[in-house]
Amino acid sequence: MASNQQTSKSLWGHAWDSLVSDKLTVVCMSIVFFYALVALLSATGLIVSDWSKEVGPSYAPPSSEYLFGLDIFGRSVFAKTVKATEIAMSVGLVTGILTVIIGVTLGSISGYYGGKIDEFLVWFYTTVSSVPYIMLLISIAFIVGKGILAVYLSLGLTSWTGLFRLIRGEFIRHKDREYVQAATAIGGGDFRKIFKHILPNVFHIVIINFSLQFQFAIKSEVILSYLGLGVQGVPSWGTMINDAKLELARGNWWQLAAATAAMLVVVLAFNILGDALRDALDPKLKGK
Amino acid sequence: MSLSAYVIRRLFYVIPVILGVCFLIFIIFNVVSPDPTISMLGKHATKAQVLELREALGLNRPLYMQYVDTVKSALTFDFGRSWSTKQEISEMIKQGAIPSITVTFPAFFLSFIISVALSLFVAFYRGGMLDKSIVFVCVALMSISSLVYILVGQWFFAFKLGLFEISGYEEGFPYFIPYVMLPIVITVILGVGPDVRFYRTVMLDEIYQDYVRTARSKGLGEKTIMFKHVLKNAMVSIITYVVLRIPFLILGSLLIESFFGIPGLGGITLKAVNSSDFPVIKAMAVLSGIATIIFNVITDVLYVVVDPRVKLE
Repeated sequence: MASNQQTSKSLWGHAWDSLVSDKLTVVCMSIVFFYALVALLSATGLIVSDWSKEVGPSYAPPSSEYLFGLDIFGRSVFAKTVKATEIAMSVGLVTGILTVIIGVTLGSISGYYGGKIDEFLVWFYTTVSSVPYIMLLISIAFIVGKGILAVYLSLGLTSWTGLFRLIRGEFIRHKDREYVQAATAIGGGDFRKIFKHILPNVFHIVIINFSLQFQFAIKSEVILSYLGLGVQGVPSWGTMINDAKLELARGNWWQLAAATAAMLVVVLAFNILGDALRDALDPKLKGK
Repeated sequence: MSLSAYVIRRLFYVIPVILGVCFLIFIIFNVVSPDPTISMLGKHATKAQVLELREALGLNRPLYMQYVDTVKSALTFDFGRSWSTKQEISEMIKQGAIPSITVTFPAFFLSFIISVALSLFVAFYRGGMLDKSIVFVCVALMSISSLVYILVGQWFFAFKLGLFEISGYEEGFPYFIPYVMLPIVITVILGVGPDVRFYRTVMLDEIYQDYVRTARSKGLGEKTIMFKHVLKNAMVSIITYVVLRIPFLILGSLLIESFFGIPGLGGITLKAVNSSDFPVIKAMAVLSGIATIIFNVITDVLYVVVDPRVKLE
C-alpha cells in the first residue's frame, strides 16, 4: 500500500533533482568532494605525510621523476600542493561555519525582534561594513598573531555582514506570515519559531552563502600570506604563490603554476556550484 | 516625506556610524593590539625607555581621551604625524592621492565601459552558448588569485617582454604613463569578471519585466529594447553599484601599489602595516570608513532621485 502512495517532493528534493540533472554541476560537486577527500587523507597522515622531505636538488624543474618540480629546499612541489589542500579546505570550512553562525544568529534576532535590538544590530553591521575589509583583516590578524588561527578568525569575523543583511531581510518578510502565526497560536515560543519554523524556510540563503564564502576564504588566504599574516610551518597555496615573488625572476614557475592551478579548479567549482545552488533553491530565479 | 527631509534624516544617521567606526578602530589599535612601543624600540628596550615613548605618543592618557582623539581626528582630518617617518599624515595623504588616482581612474572607466558593453552583449544572447561561455570565462577569471595576475603580469609582460616598466613611478603627466599601464590593465582584468556577472543579472532582471513585453508587442526591435529600455533601467542599479567604488579610487589598491612601487595611499598603508605605524593605519581606516559612509548616503539619495518607485520611509 505504502509504495503506491504519491509523496510530492520537497523544495530540497526538487533542488537536488535540478542539481544532478546538470552535468557541469555534477562535475563541480565531484571536484569539491575529491578535494575534501584529499584534505581528509592528508590531515589523517595517510598521504603526503613526508612532504617536508628533501627528494632532490633545489629548484629541479618538472620532469618525469619530479612531477611538478622541486622547491628551494628540494621538496616535492606536488606533495606540497596536495598538503596545502588541507589548509585551504579547513580555512574554507571554518570561516564558512563562523560566518554562518554569526550571520544567522545576529540576522535572525535582528529581523525577528525588530525594535531597539534591530536598530543596534543594524548600526553594528553598518559600522563593521564601513571599515574597509582589508583593514579589519589586518587588524584581527595583528591581534591574534600570525598563524592559522589568525586566518580563521580574521576571515570569519569579517565576512558575516552579507549573510546578516540577507537573513535579516528574510526574517522581516517571514515573521508575520500565516505559518508563523499558526505556530504562535499553538503556543510556540520565540526560540522555536525562529529555529524550527522560519529558519528552515530561509536556509537556502545560508547554503548559497556558505558555498561562496568557502571559495572567497580560499582566495583571501593568499592575500593574508602575502601580508605575512598567513599560515606558518605547513604549506598553503597562499605561501606557495607568495614564494613565487622571488622565484619567477629566475624562471622557476612551477610552484606558482601548481598552486594556482590547484586553487583555480576548486574555487571555480565552488563558484559554479554556488550559482547552481542559487538557481536550484531560489524559485524567483527560475527560468533565467 | 520630502526629499530634503529624507536627506537630512539620512545624514543624521551618519553620526552614530562615524562614532562606531571610530570606536572600532580605537578598540583595535588602542585597546587590544600589542604595545606598539615594543616593535618600535626592539626587544632590548628598558622599562624607562618604553614609558617615555608611551608618554610621548600619548598612550598613557586615559582611554576615553584616546577615543575622543580618534573622533576628533576623524572630524578635523588632523591625524598627527607618522611614527616612522615623522611626516604630517594629512600631507602624506595629499601626496599619495594623486598617484593612486592615476591608476584607479583610468581603470575605473575602462572596466566600466568594457563590463557594460560585455554584459549588454551577453544579455542580448542570453541562454545561448556565447552567454554561457562568457559567464564561464568571467567566473574562471575570478577564480584566480589577484596576486597571480600581478606576479605573472609583472614577470611576463614587464620583465620578459619589456612592454612596460617593472615598477616605479615618476610624477607629472605624461611621465607616469609607462608606470601605470600594467597596473591599469591588471585592475581592469580583476574588475571585469564580477562586474559583468552582476550587470548581467541586473539586465536579465529587467528583460523579464512587463514593460519589455509591452515594448516588444508594440513591435520595437530587440536592439531598441536593449539600448533604450533595458540599459536605461539597468543603469539605476549599475550606477548605485559603481558609486560605492568611488572612495576606493582615491585609496588605491594595497597589493597593486606595493608591487609596482606606486607611491599611492594603498602603498603607504601597507608600509604602515609592516612597520606598525599605528597613526597612519588608523588615519587610512578612519578615512576610508567615512568615505564609505558618505558614499552610501549618496547612493541612497541617488536611488530615490532616479527611481520614483522607491518609497521614502
